Amino acid sequence: MADETSKHNSQKQAEGVGVGTHAHVHHEEHHHEVSFIRKYVFSTDHKVIGIQYGITSLLFLFFGFTLMMVMRWQLAYPGEPIPWIGLLLGADRAPDGIMLPEFYNQLGAMHGTIMVFLGVVPLAVGAFGNYVMPLQIGAIDMAFPKLNMMSYWVYFMGGVTMLVSFFLPGGAANSGWTSYAPLAVIATTGQTVWLIGMIFLITSSLLGSVNFIVTIIQLRTHGLTFMRLPFFVWAQFVTSFLLLLAFPPLEAAGILQLMDRVAGTSFFMPSGLVVSGIALPYTGGGSPLLWQHLFWFLAHPEVYVLILPAMGIVAEIIANNTRKPLWGYKSMVYAAIFLGFMSFVVWAHHMFMTGMGTTISAFFQTTTMIISIPSIIILTAFFLSLWGGSIRFTTPMLFALAFLPMFGIGGLTGLPLGLAPPDIHLHDTYYVIGHFHYVVAPGTLMALFAGIYYWYPKVTGRMMNDMLGKLHFWGSFIFLNGVFMPMFIQGLAGVSRRLYDGGEQYAHAQSVLQWNEVMSVSAWLLGLAQIPFIINFFLSAKNGKKVGDNPWDATTLDMAATTSPPLAHGNFERVPEVHRPPYEYSVPGAERDFIPQHERTA
Amino acid sequence: MSNNSDSAVGHAHHFTDMDQQREASTLGMWTFLVTEIMFFGGLFVAYALYRSMYPEAFAEASLRLNLLLGAINTGVLICSSLTMVLAVRDAQSGKVKGLVRYLIATIVLGSAFLVIKAFEYSHKIHEHLIPGSSFQFAGPFGQQAEMFFSLYFMMTGLHAIHMIIGIGVLSVLLYQAKRGRFTAEYYSPIDVAGLYWHFVDVVWIYLFPLLYLVSRH
Repeated sequence: MADETSKHNSQKQAEGVGVGTHAHVHHEEHHHEVSFIRKYVFSTDHKVIGIQYGITSLLFLFFGFTLMMVMRWQLAYPGEPIPWIGLLLGADRAPDGIMLPEFYNQLGAMHGTIMVFLGVVPLAVGAFGNYVMPLQIGAIDMAFPKLNMMSYWVYFMGGVTMLVSFFLPGGAANSGWTSYAPLAVIATTGQTVWLIGMIFLITSSLLGSVNFIVTIIQLRTHGLTFMRLPFFVWAQFVTSFLLLLAFPPLEAAGILQLMDRVAGTSFFMPSGLVVSGIALPYTGGGSPLLWQHLFWFLAHPEVYVLILPAMGIVAEIIANNTRKPLWGYKSMVYAAIFLGFMSFVVWAHHMFMTGMGTTISAFFQTTTMIISIPSIIILTAFFLSLWGGSIRFTTPMLFALAFLPMFGIGGLTGLPLGLAPPDIHLHDTYYVIGHFHYVVAPGTLMALFAGIYYWYPKVTGRMMNDMLGKLHFWGSFIFLNGVFMPMFIQGLAGVSRRLYDGGEQYAHAQSVLQWNEVMSVSAWLLGLAQIPFIINFFLSAKNGKKVGDNPWDATTLDMAATTSPPLAHGNFERVPEVHRPPYEYSVPGAERDFIPQHERTA
Repeated sequence: MSNNSDSAVGHAHHFTDMDQQREASTLGMWTFLVTEIMFFGGLFVAYALYRSMYPEAFAEASLRLNLLLGAINTGVLICSSLTMVLAVRDAQSGKVKGLVRYLIATIVLGSAFLVIKAFEYSHKIHEHLIPGSSFQFAGPFGQQAEMFFSLYFMMTGLHAIHMIIGIGVLSVLLYQAKRGRFTAEYYSPIDVAGLYWHFVDVVWIYLFPLLYLVSRH
């Protein structure tokens, strides 16, 4: 039956195929007069949606960081009134400007939630993936443009829901970004709203990942085989699968926790629980550990959702600025795929302290050691790619280069945590905070900034200022390390995370308490170091140096085959065909030191 | 799915041809169904855990479910899958009349399922089997039976929501089919809606034995 219908269609096509690859030319005529709302607000164009994601997520990143800057005051100077904004916070958050423990907990939970789910992932996947990926595969839009628009607006709703929760009685969610039961189930109303917000965000991510997978499989241009895809596209592809498979169980778990809170079920609540002398009415005999399993089944793949797009960005920038093909492109691709698979069988290394038993611990610490191998392959390939290159130290390249040792530190400090015996000492200390922040802050965020500096001229047609960029880089690089390096020292000394006073009350913390002030001052200076970026971001859009169509002399379609900025409808003047691998830099005998993928002859 | 609405004939502008558009829609639906499998997978994990923790309570509690109504509903859903397949077949061969007829049959069967389900729910409410403070279940396993009914309402409730969404989608397609929107060349919305419908049926095929037939001899 399928054959029959496809014959039908090929006849049909014979008439319509003239439109085929040049359909966008026609399309442009139809859509010249679109209203402002359709063009910039409810747009279905992947580039506009990418920019929407980018700006929203940058605002959320800044907001999440601000929460942390406020927390760092309490950690450095516990019990002292917060300057400037202290009195604005209100008596139920900070009476006389002195932060309440409950408010500290809200800030901590929301900092994590906002940074991960509203900041980094939407920037790395929603913004860069949406804007760059279709351009790199020679597609004129995503496979499902309306779904794409929906996924942005559902994300937006999720963000608004999270922000609104600050103004509820009892404030926002305050049980940590992990929302462990039973604590989260008996927490204030903020937790209910948090769960609803998460359901929005998860739905948005799922719609996005379905769209990404179909687009990459179906809409690659002629000649663009899988092994010719830029590594960035591979990274987005694997990331989409991780989101696709890991998020739904958390959505189910979120709904179960919501029912525990509002409908009196006891999915995650043990029987006979007594809190502050009051017996709780939960009687079904639920298991709090089930929540942890379902949560980490998402949240460990989520770590790779945070890191893989960053690696993709770094790959593009390193190849471009060393003027060499990436070293070991194929092994990097296989490593990324293997990483994706393995990320689903390591989750319980977050749970060594829950009494799982030695057999299960042994299994999960083995898989955890194995998953470090593909990360090391990719990192090694990056380092070897630098070897013998004539490196251009542009602003994006500086950020990309900084990613390598920072992610290296983040990864290596994870090894002791992946082994059960040292984890018993280090679990829930500042060492853990230092470890994963090295991965996502000096690691992923550095790569995301690299991406912004790299694609900004393509998106706006203007270069960002180099001097301000370098100022931003050095400030960020130094102060990020100032914030996170001392965490290892405190953590090894045994200082627990989530302490409202930074460990002041503990004897074993006394010898490392002085680091709290160092970290806090670094965090505030890190905030100041973002000012050149903010100025640069806005001023360059108007005053930046105008660039040509291929501002970095790159080989991939996004840079080489489009105008700067790409055409509003249809991206390309003519949909390019691909004739070669993605990184043909410095080919011996070639005229120039790069050959774009769509060029037929050298 | 959403790209198809650009025009009744001819593909959306960002696809090369109709085949590519149809393949993309089908792939999109399968990918979406993967997320659905993982979603229900999370619930089935919860079920497996608590059933292995409290096997006797689950066996006893499942006796309180109405086997007859459950079995009838299983039959109703299987029939609705059949009419859905026939609708897709008629869509493929361009028989609009048959398409409309089978879509109506599928919607009616789906609604019948929900009505029967509503009767079952109301019985459970009368018998104080709704989890929470009003829950009553005599015998030594009273407390753990509450977990069984929590899972029962959660899983069948989420399944019913999926049914309602499915009926909504089919109703829109019925309206479009009546207006002659679908042809032998352009029928992929029917096709992907069919995939969704079958998936929701398959979920019930697992729910029925797990909830109704636990340790029944």
